[in-house]
Formats: sequence, C-alpha cells, structure tokens
Amino acid sequence: MSTIPLDELYREVILDHHRHPRGRKPLAHPDVEAAGLNPSCGDEVTLQLELDGDRIADVAVLGRGCAVSTASGSMLAELIRGRTLDEARAIAERFREVMHGEAAPEEVDLGDLEALTGVRKFPVRIKCALLPWVTLLDDALARAGEADRD
Amino acid sequence: METLLVDGEAVRARFPILGRTVHGRPLVYLDTAATAQRPEAVIEAEAAYSREHNANVHRGIHTLAEEATGAYEGCRRRVAAFLGAPGPRGVVMTRNATAAINLVARGLEHTLGAGDEIVLTVMEHHANLVPWIQLARRTGAVLRHAGFDPETGELDLDGMIRLIGPRTRLVGLVHVSNVLGTINPVAEVAEAAHRAGALVLVDAAQSVGHMPVAYPELGADFLVFSAHKCYGPMGLGFLVSTPETLERLEPVEGGGEMIERVELDAATWAEIPYRFEAGTPNVAAAAAFPAALDLLEAIGLPAVREHEIALNARAVETLERLGGLRIVGPRDPAARGGLVAFDDPLVHPHDMATIVDTRGVAVRAGHHCAQPLHRVLGLVATTRASWGVYTTGDEIEALAGAIAFARRTMGA
Repeated sequence: MSTIPLDELYREVILDHHRHPRGRKPLAHPDVEAAGLNPSCGDEVTLQLELDGDRIADVAVLGRGCAVSTASGSMLAELIRGRTLDEARAIAERFREVMHGEAAPEEVDLGDLEALTGVRKFPVRIKCALLPWVTLLDDALARAGEADRD
Repeated sequence: METLLVDGEAVRARFPILGRTVHGRPLVYLDTAATAQRPEAVIEAEAAYSREHNANVHRGIHTLAEEATGAYEGCRRRVAAFLGAPGPRGVVMTRNATAAINLVARGLEHTLGAGDEIVLTVMEHHANLVPWIQLARRTGAVLRHAGFDPETGELDLDGMIRLIGPRTRLVGLVHVSNVLGTINPVAEVAEAAHRAGALVLVDAAQSVGHMPVAYPELGADFLVFSAHKCYGPMGLGFLVSTPETLERLEPVEGGGEMIERVELDAATWAEIPYRFEAGTPNVAAAAAFPAALDLLEAIGLPAVREHEIALNARAVETLERLGGLRIVGPRDPAARGGLVAFDDPLVHPHDMATIVDTRGVAVRAGHHCAQPLHRVLGLVATTRASWGVYTTGDEIEALAGAIAFARRTMGA
C-alpha cells in the first residue's frame, strides 16, 4: 500500500507562494481583466494585466483559492510580469502540456513552476494548478491581443 | 425482527467496504451525504438478481421475465409502504432524484405560461434549481427564491409564504439541506402552497433513510429521492406521488414500456405510473434496494435518527474544540440532518480534503452542487463531513486529528 506523497504536493516553495502570494494588489488601471472559474470547487480567479505595447507591464491575480491555485497564480504573477504576450503564452502552453502529461517536466524550463509538477500525482487537483494559467491563455491573452491592436 | 445496536460493530460488520484501508490507514468514510455505502445484503441481492433472475421486465412471459418483473414491482410496493405513500401506482422509478425532478418540471411544462410563478429556496441543490431555470426559459414562467439566515441556516419561512401567490404553480424545497443540514418545515410550506392552489415538490434526497419520513405528513404532492443515498444501488431514484397527481404530468420520454398502443403516427400512453418509465429500467438495482430498507427498518428509523443526532452533537463539539472553524447551519444537533459543513480560514476545502484523505478520512470539499447557497454564506466552498448508520464517534475524532494534521501541513 503506497503512502501518498503529500510533500510533493505541498512543497516548501508552494507553501511559501501560498502564504505570501505575489501580485495580489489590484491594478489601478488594468487594460485587460479576465475571470476564470473552476467548476468542480467553485474557486474563481481574476487576472488583471497592464500593457505597454505588447509587453505585460504589470499583473494582478485576485480571488481566494486553495493553496495550489493560489501558489500557481502567485508564480504566474512573477513569471509573466515584464514578458511580451507571446512569451507569456509560450510559458502558459508549456506548463499546460506538462500538467496534462503531454510533455515531461525535464524537457522544458519551467522555473518555479517545476514545483507544481508534483500535483500531477493528484489528478483531481491538476485543475487547481492550471486555473490561473488557463484563464491567462483562454481569456486574458486573447483580450490582450485585441487591446494591443487597438 | 432483530434489533441492532446502531453504534455497534453489528451494523458496521454488514458494510464490507468499511473493512478496507486507504493510504495504509483504516477508511473513515464521512461522505454518506454524497452516497451511502451498501450493506452486504444489498450487494448480494443485486448479484443474486444477475446470477439467477436476469430478464427484461413487463413484456416477457417466461419464468425469468416473471421473476424479474416481480422483483421490480416489489421494489415499487416496498418504497410506497416504507414512506406510507398511498400506493405503488403513485411511485415512478427513475434514474435518480435529479431525473425525478426533471420528470416533474418537464411534465408540468404544458400547464405553465408566461408570468406563472415557481417558488423555490436559495438553499436548493442544483438538481432543484436548474430544471426550473430550464422550464422558466421555455415557458416564460418566473422564478422566486426564499432566503435563509446565514448565521442559523434557518429558512425564511414567512418570506417564503409571502412569495406564494395566485400565480404560483409550483413550490419546491429541499427537506434537509445537503450543506447546512437544515430541516425545513415542509408541511407548513405545503399548506400555504395548497391554499394558493400550487403543487409542492420536496427534495428528500438527504432525509429518506436517515430519519422517519412519512409522505402524508410532509404534505408534498411530489417527493423525490435516490436509492444510493439510502444504502441502495446507484442508478435508481423515485418520484413518490399519487396516481391522480401524476395524471397532471405529460410523459416527456417516449419509447417502449410507456405505451398502450402505437401507430406509425400516433400513440396512446400506458397507465400510470408506467407511462413515465420509457425503456429498460435498472432492474438489478430495484431488486436490491428493498434489502437496504429492510436493514433500516430492522434498526428502526427513530434509532437511526437518534444516532445521527448524537454524531451531530459530537461533531459540532469536536470541531469547535479545534477553534477557528466556521460551522454553517443550525447549532442544535437535533435541528440538522446527519452532516456538518464548515469553513476553515486556515485551510482551503480542497487542500483539506486532499490532506485528510492521506489519513484515510473521506470528506467532501467544494460547493456541493449548491453555489447560490454558498454565495449567501459569503463562501465559495466548504468542507463537509456526513454520517450514516455505520459512523462512529471514533471516526469524528479521526476527522479532528486529520484536520489538525492538515493545519500543520499547511503551516497554519
């Protein structure tokens, strides 16, 4: 009988992001706002982006979620601030592929996000880890592309 | 009939799944409100049906078909008797409680017009909200919802009665809330609804099998519940009513079994309740469910209820001892069904459920299919522990230990 690897789910870096999440301050003048919902638990996340041309000048990740989604959102705020929209999209796509098991974590450079790959051992929690990133990919970046063209 | 000691090993021993381990620890199953575990007698009856009697029902002449039909119809009679309902002709067998509510909502569609009103509560399970949203969209009917006190979990009964008026066609409410545990005054609501000429549907998914429930005393026209929350198999639910009331529903699913005579371009319906049972039903589940009701009656429903009240008291006391938890719903253990949902500001419900599971403790985390209810509470999700005849006080202690462990894990 295997014991479940709890410490792989709640690694120290994840708990640190959870206790001290980055990017929690609402932006005064967001160019883009997108909301995501995890229908299985009802958790909601709101992403705000401030754009400078095609670059993400600032980002906020708002809403109350579990430790996994909060840490993931915090990492998102750190990772995409200052990146171009295309770079942010590439990170999000890479992370999604890894979490869906379509790419191995060692094949790609995920930075801090690597700590979240332990979540794959808890299939029902993968959605928690992806919530902010799916919101970024499916909603925020699409809106940002339009805002950038305007 | 033998008498069983509710908190004893005698009852637990009848549920084989309780002997298994989860992550190397004994299973502590506190998710009975989602589905109750099944006694050996139910498992055996379902297998015996498949092994010895399997055949399609109603049309067959041969011996097996007759036996299968006997088992299937036996379940209908047993459920009517268990609930003190007028008779088996008022009992429709469905896939689950949700299907039974949909059957009523769609069956009433032809009687509703724009501006007609449907009165519900905000504490309903999505199963008793969404079918009415769909019905309102199709007919132009208006939905009205009675509130509840977020502190006590108590239904705003006066408010609900005020919502009922001359345009009200249906009043629907949950008997026992699957999150708050609140036991609603169904009879009082039903009386007001009937004065206004409205029909009443009660969602009894959390009460049947957990407390004495008598169909005539509730005063509802339609009572729905699922076998699997009542120690029976999945894939079987019930709409309990009277033949006269069922007569008002249009059958919405067409097919075999539900007809009397079929032409290429016309058909007449079978008699009630068969006209609501198109296609081959879950006969094995129906053959097995009476064994669950036998066990409940052997223990005695008042004893089952006393046991769950004692567990409520133990749980509220134990969780309060932990400190910092917000328990939702009524304080009085006798005023709630057999469940306690709570919010721990230190540990999100999803983290809580994952972590306590590593200690073998099965609880439910999330909105429990009651998002509007959670909005009233100002919460997105809660953690819920729920009990049945097999739950012990030691398991509540195990839950408390696991919650403390979750807090340590999260560094809270």
